[in-house]
Amino acid sequence: MKKLINKPENVVKEALEAMALAHADLLKISYDPNIIVRADAPVKGKVGLVSGGGSGHEPMHGGFVGMGMLDAACPGSVFTSPTPDQILAATKAVDGGAGVLHIVKNYTGDILNFEMAADLARDEGIQVEAVITDDDVAVKDSTWTAGRRGVGVTVLAEKMAGAAAEQNRPLKAVADICRQVNANGRSMGMALTSCTVPEAGKPTFDLPEDEMEIGVGIHGEPGRVRMKLKSAAEITAMLVNPILEDLPFRSGDSVLAFVNGMGGTPLIELYVVYNEMAKLFAKRNIKIARSLVGSYITSLEMAGCSITLVKMNDELISLWDAPVKTAGLRWGI
Amino acid sequence: MAVLPNDVIAWIRAFSESIHENKDYLTQLDSAIGDGDHGTNMDRGFQAVLLKLPDLADKDSSAILKAVGMTLVSTVGGASGPLYGTFFLQLGAATAGKAQLSLADWSAGLQAAVDGVIMRGKAGPGDKTMLDTLLPALAALKEASAAGTGLAEALRLSAEAGERGMLATVPLVARKGRASYLGERSAGHQDPGATSSELLLKAAATVWAQG
Repeated sequence: MKKLINKPENVVKEALEAMALAHADLLKISYDPNIIVRADAPVKGKVGLVSGGGSGHEPMHGGFVGMGMLDAACPGSVFTSPTPDQILAATKAVDGGAGVLHIVKNYTGDILNFEMAADLARDEGIQVEAVITDDDVAVKDSTWTAGRRGVGVTVLAEKMAGAAAEQNRPLKAVADICRQVNANGRSMGMALTSCTVPEAGKPTFDLPEDEMEIGVGIHGEPGRVRMKLKSAAEITAMLVNPILEDLPFRSGDSVLAFVNGMGGTPLIELYVVYNEMAKLFAKRNIKIARSLVGSYITSLEMAGCSITLVKMNDELISLWDAPVKTAGLRWGI
Repeated sequence: MAVLPNDVIAWIRAFSESIHENKDYLTQLDSAIGDGDHGTNMDRGFQAVLLKLPDLADKDSSAILKAVGMTLVSTVGGASGPLYGTFFLQLGAATAGKAQLSLADWSAGLQAAVDGVIMRGKAGPGDKTMLDTLLPALAALKEASAAGTGLAEALRLSAEAGERGMLATVPLVARKGRASYLGERSAGHQDPGATSSELLLKAAATVWAQG
């Protein structure tokens, strides 16, 4: 293991301490339980947005705390869900009287911990609604699995629901925007390398130099198919086509196109992928209304990328364009 | 023979030590079909439990078990935190008011604990989860209890049934949790949750056989 760390068990805490120092204008951080909260929380009369999950996906979620996006994030240990006491503390910290929306990625651990926390918060008289994101087309959605994983669409849903909350829309309306983004969004990811959880000390899976894994999640869990490495054009088609067919996206649709790096892939390669994606869209007459290119939902140092597409309408576009001021995303201010 | 609060503490201590010894093994099993954190998470939780045990020395079994459950819920994370947390919370609730636990009490407690895990995790037999260890162990325990078997022998039979259940997860295709994302590729690996549950039963059988 070759990492910029002091002690594996201190990585999460030290990163949180750094965020408090680096982004003091945006957020405040409490420890035991660990929560990242918007500096001016609770915002009176505004729905509070809380998300969270394992650490190791930075900038998600802590990097999305701030005006126009999340009110709080609950960072768990690396790749491990946060605990109910953490989520409860975050929920209480951001409740401005209009209720709190939990945005939860569809992983068994995240769901169980957020459900326990929502029960506890409701016992304390806080109105809580939860929206589950489950956009990963690599996973067959069936009653025989835990369902599709929540991946890239989570970032986009947090942005657009955050904008809706900033307009002081009621809890149900904010939750509906979040659900709408998830329902119209699909993702697929791939890995060129594995990643190493600091406390595990060795790569989560072995991937030979000339092979890649298609359909990976964001925790170093193996994907569905392993094959010989191919060109960016072929890989992009393997990601884009299942996404387009799944929703389905049709000729004339306009989309928010998100090419995401897994943590170890340079931006220049993400642009190569974006270029191939745009060529495929041109053939199918799919319009790119908005785009996001960069590493926003990562798996530590994993090399690879994911593509997320959301079918957009005028309302979603205006929510996407609305001002946001967080460590990870910032525009319109 | 009956189980006293001291025995419950000895069991929790033995299980915590067993988790610590098997931390890398559990993580290795989880790396094959999950996300490679089961050993680390369980060990973090039970190390926190060990720190709590001295404060629980004068409490009854129910209070000890509930405190273990609350500690796990706030320290383990992942799916194991709420599942093992619920297991101990329900076990504690079911044994409330008992100065000592008979085989029948333990059997009823385990039933409540397993029901709690089913409710929280919405899993069933054959889904390749901890329930594949716990359900056969519970059935064996109830059978032994009905047949008038002694506590130590009943626990041994229960742990053996749990071990068979754990080994039987190897060929199964996972239908719950992250392993389910692998589909057919999850077959051929022993389930990490079923394995930690087997350690739990084995710890009870070992510690309480000596009592």
